[in-house]
Amino acid sequence: MNNLIKGEKYEWEMVIGLEIHAQVKSNSKLFSSSSTKFGSSPNSQVSLVDAAMPGMLPVINKYCVEQAVKTGIGLNAKINNYSVFDRKNYFYADLPQGYQISQYKYPIVGEGKVTIDFKDGTSKDISIVRLHLEQDAGKSLHDQNPSKTYVDLNRSGVALMEIVSEPDIRTPDEAGMYLSKIRSILMYLNTCDGNMQEGSLRADVNISVRKPGDQYGTRCEIKNLNSIKFIKQAINYEAKRQIEILESGGSIEQNTMLFNTSTGKTRPMRNKEEAHDYRYFPDPDLLPLEISQEEIEKIKLSIPELPDELKNKFIDTYKLSNYDASVLTAEKQTSDYFNKSINSDPELKNHAKIVVNWITSELFSLLKKNNLNLNNSPVSPENLGQLIKLISNNEISGKIAKDVLEVMFSTGKTARQIVDEKGLQQVTDQGEIEKVIDEVISDNPNMVKEYLDGKDKLLGFFVGQAMKKTKGKANPKILNDILKNKLNKEN
Amino acid sequence: MKIDKNTINKIARLSRIKLDDKESEEYINDLNSILDWVEQLNEVNTENVEPLSNISSSILPKREDVSKDSNSSDEILENAPDKLEGFFAVPKVVE
Repeated sequence: MNNLIKGEKYEWEMVIGLEIHAQVKSNSKLFSSSSTKFGSSPNSQVSLVDAAMPGMLPVINKYCVEQAVKTGIGLNAKINNYSVFDRKNYFYADLPQGYQISQYKYPIVGEGKVTIDFKDGTSKDISIVRLHLEQDAGKSLHDQNPSKTYVDLNRSGVALMEIVSEPDIRTPDEAGMYLSKIRSILMYLNTCDGNMQEGSLRADVNISVRKPGDQYGTRCEIKNLNSIKFIKQAINYEAKRQIEILESGGSIEQNTMLFNTSTGKTRPMRNKEEAHDYRYFPDPDLLPLEISQEEIEKIKLSIPELPDELKNKFIDTYKLSNYDASVLTAEKQTSDYFNKSINSDPELKNHAKIVVNWITSELFSLLKKNNLNLNNSPVSPENLGQLIKLISNNEISGKIAKDVLEVMFSTGKTARQIVDEKGLQQVTDQGEIEKVIDEVISDNPNMVKEYLDGKDKLLGFFVGQAMKKTKGKANPKILNDILKNKLNKEN
Repeated sequence: MKIDKNTINKIARLSRIKLDDKESEEYINDLNSILDWVEQLNEVNTENVEPLSNISSSILPKREDVSKDSNSSDEILENAPDKLEGFFAVPKVVE
């Protein structure tokens, strides 16, 4: 596979690593009992600890620790029995403590890996350096007033898992797939709600470019991207920017960048010359975090079936392709829906591929058009199963099934009801179809002559006419066979 | 390690503390004497000694994941020099 991009003079390779910030799905914050609920009125979920009032002491949330361990196991990573909380010192209006409690030298989770699957059936492993626990900061609103910034500390102190990848990623698409995969694992584990719009999941992207085979180039970090689309746009823009500098003889300055979502451009953050002097040191308010092997084993037992296991199961049981199975397992709601649908009738097991197609193309597009998702789909998995059974039994054609699905979607009726009420059963009776074809042939003598003179394309015209007469209900295969037969006899 | 004028200025800036020349001199002396004093510890051979993280040998206390409704905004904003509709208002931070 060629992942190179062309500059004016040379071909270049992107080298990309991601730092993903995932909010732990918990009731209370990492070191205080304040609620983590999203969207509450400003500063209503701030304890004296979160506001960094003098004399307050942080007390760690046991559940958040367990979720970090659980996530580490889901990322096939090493869980560290001993980890330490450090203070990362910097000044910012939404950080009342003047430091963020994070983990530096001794993170709770060490090296791991995840696999991403490509459309062509190949896959690739992305290595994970570490996962550590840290506090989220508050939220600043910059655009409400020309001279003020407004600060809401509700998010301040919510537990974050920072997941750092090796620079194993080579294209914007891979970056998107990697983030989707992490999101999927988090959602199966139920350790993060994966809501990128609300900022529960966001990423910083490190990117550099090099000529193939060269050493890594100097990298820039693009901060705080909260959608896969923006991540890809930002990477593309930033890679082009770096290539232009390098090809015109310049050099890259290591910098922290911001991505402007309306212009699609990156620009360096200002006032950052001191920013990287965080003066980490162990937080004297917190003892080291120790987790016994026994506790880890106990958490292991709570790990549900993860997307990769489920994917392999689908491939084995239903003979699906790697790609189909990965699309199906990317979101838990999709694999749940598929499971319910295919198990609603024993015969459907032999038509798994059709079930996949109907979920991922027809149903998905209807849901998207109506701003719904599988969890609130008006078509239940069992009803979709019934529809597919009607197709596989040749009771209705695929084309009619699409119309039936739309009616199911808008009325909530079952496929059977709709087919019976509207008399949509496919015509498979040979005699009936022959009769229609005879009519078509005798109605269009000129067309028949042209067809016989070699204009093969006209076959479609006859099929269309015959379908029209049967209101689309004729079995297409039988229709085609009889039609060809009859036309050739005219000769 | 020796603290000089540049270092003291850097530390002061990182800590958002303004020092005049006289104060800088005082702090250079103070910090250097503290560092000298601490440096005596280098005389101790610490090879194969695990760093001590805790003299009480107690373990990190943990709490259950229970959220307490704080409805805190009035109390939290009480000391704020400037506020608006439940938000802290601070001089514009442009990034």
